[in-house]
Amino acid sequence: MSEAAHHHPALAHHFENLGEQKEASSLGMWLFIAQEVMFFGGMFLAYTVYRNLYPAAFAEASHHLDWKLGGINTAVLILSSLTMALAVRAAALGNRKQIVLFLIATVVLGSIFLGVKVVEYGDKFEHHLVPGAHFQFPGPNARPAQIFYSLYFAMTGLHALHMIIGIPILLVLAWLAHRGRYTPAYHTPVEMTGLYWHFVDIVWIFLFPLLYLVGPH
Amino acid sequence: MTATTETDVHEHEHGHEHGGRHPHVVPLLTYFLVFGALMVGTYLTVWAAGQDFGRFNTVVALGIAVTKATLVVLFFMHVKYSPRLTQLVVAVAVAFLALLIGGVVNDYYSPRLDGQMGPANIRRE
Repeated sequence: MSEAAHHHPALAHHFENLGEQKEASSLGMWLFIAQEVMFFGGMFLAYTVYRNLYPAAFAEASHHLDWKLGGINTAVLILSSLTMALAVRAAALGNRKQIVLFLIATVVLGSIFLGVKVVEYGDKFEHHLVPGAHFQFPGPNARPAQIFYSLYFAMTGLHALHMIIGIPILLVLAWLAHRGRYTPAYHTPVEMTGLYWHFVDIVWIFLFPLLYLVGPH
Repeated sequence: MTATTETDVHEHEHGHEHGGRHPHVVPLLTYFLVFGALMVGTYLTVWAAGQDFGRFNTVVALGIAVTKATLVVLFFMHVKYSPRLTQLVVAVAVAFLALLIGGVVNDYYSPRLDGQMGPANIRRE
């Protein structure tokens, strides 16, 4: 029994072993995600209330979003979830090169998603669909349409913020993985960041039909 | 290339004795099948938006989204292979969200004492 086995550099002194430490990290991450569910849940609830009040206005406002861009972004994000899952798998197998490769791929896909989002937001500014003093919407539904766009920007903005936070974390992980920090015994940060990234993907899976595809298309 | 050192192997055994787990390695095929299902689900979402299911339009869209989310949670997030405690946390989070939204939706689709539908004191368009 070597000394190194008892003192893995990543093992905190208050844990018996790495397995116990990982389960504690994992539980903590899931509790964080549970509160994220309630955090986004509040906005999904607001959406539910207003959509039930103004179904026609929501359908009309939704048609001003480009569902093709939304669909492409859905595919991009799902692909990034796959690369993230493959990065975690590579870490569990101890394949250092693949961890870095798949993390970078995830960063690239996440950046493409945000790039498309920038184009979409720019288009909304141009067409006066940003809630506020300059909001313009043809027809009698301007007021509830503004509510739709308030929800659109709040929900997609908060979602994008999560990705903007996630990308630098992925880059740091890629750097540390490159330096050989993660092994099959210890790669908890890669796994926990994976959970976060997949959660963000799930939020988008709901946002896509609820924002881009309201009413007959 | 493999970075599994003697130390790692030892940690595995040690962790296992105390209820720890080996890192669960999911077969590549599982990941690719889940990815394929998620892409098909995205296509179905767009397809369904072009169909008219009457009052069930939203139900169909959400049904597909819930199925996709379940696949991500079970396989990409490893909940299928996780300890019971993790599974419990996930189930409780989902249950509370369902309670929050379900309770409100129920209000919109239930008859009131005066025979009208939906919550009182709201102006519909």
